[in-house]
Amino acid sequence: MTTVEENLDGTVAERPKRLVSGPGMLLVWFYGVMVVGAVSRSVYQIATEFDRAPLAYSLSALAGLVYGFITYSLVRGGERARKAAQVCCAAELAGVLIVGTWTLVEPSAFPDATVWSDYGMGYVFIPVLLPISALYWLRRNRTVTP
Amino acid sequence: MLDALTLVTGVAALLLAAWCGWAAYRDQPTKDWHFIGMAVVSFLAVVQLVVGIVQLARGEKADQGTAIFVAYLIGAFACVPAAGFMSLAERTRWGSVTVAAGGVVLAVLEVRLYDIWGG
Repeated sequence: MTTVEENLDGTVAERPKRLVSGPGMLLVWFYGVMVVGAVSRSVYQIATEFDRAPLAYSLSALAGLVYGFITYSLVRGGERARKAAQVCCAAELAGVLIVGTWTLVEPSAFPDATVWSDYGMGYVFIPVLLPISALYWLRRNRTVTP
Repeated sequence: MLDALTLVTGVAALLLAAWCGWAAYRDQPTKDWHFIGMAVVSFLAVVQLVVGIVQLARGEKADQGTAIFVAYLIGAFACVPAAGFMSLAERTRWGSVTVAAGGVVLAVLEVRLYDIWGG
């Protein structure tokens, strides 16, 4: 529900709906951890050994950016941020599934692991579980238009 | 010294996770006692950070590289306090779940730190 408040001059102001209450807080925590993990890892690898596995490291950097945007959207709240986060979570899920399958079918394309290799097995499958639970959470919080 | 500290911090992090998980199971937010627990675990992580940097300064080398080692030390140090602040903002069972998740993440970081140092 969007909170509707009446201002002193009679106009109605809408406060952005919070997306971080309850289970949302746990989601923000895990997304925050993934941001730190993916971004710091890819920055280090791109800076020191980019030539070894350019594709893998670029994908990790991209994953970090997507995680960062979703975290920001969740914290910001409101319907537009919710929709944007939903799109990004769907893209994230697609990314995990595609890269996960890709690493299994064609391991030679990846001399080194990405965050999304083998569906995120190196991260206890959190990369594949996270977008699913986030999509469920965002869907439950959608504003029903009359 | 560092290996023992890694082990102790990891076990303490898991205990914290179990404790806060129990609070969440009983539908309770984090309380003062939990925050004291978080402070203890955070203190261990600070000691670990200092000892780790002193070891490096004395010329010892981490197996998998200094930069990764220091990054993980900082991550381990920031982990539980960050989760603690989030549980202050979320005064329900979900705040407790967040700290429990923080404890588990720290335990994983400790395992990685052990490998990186080459124990």
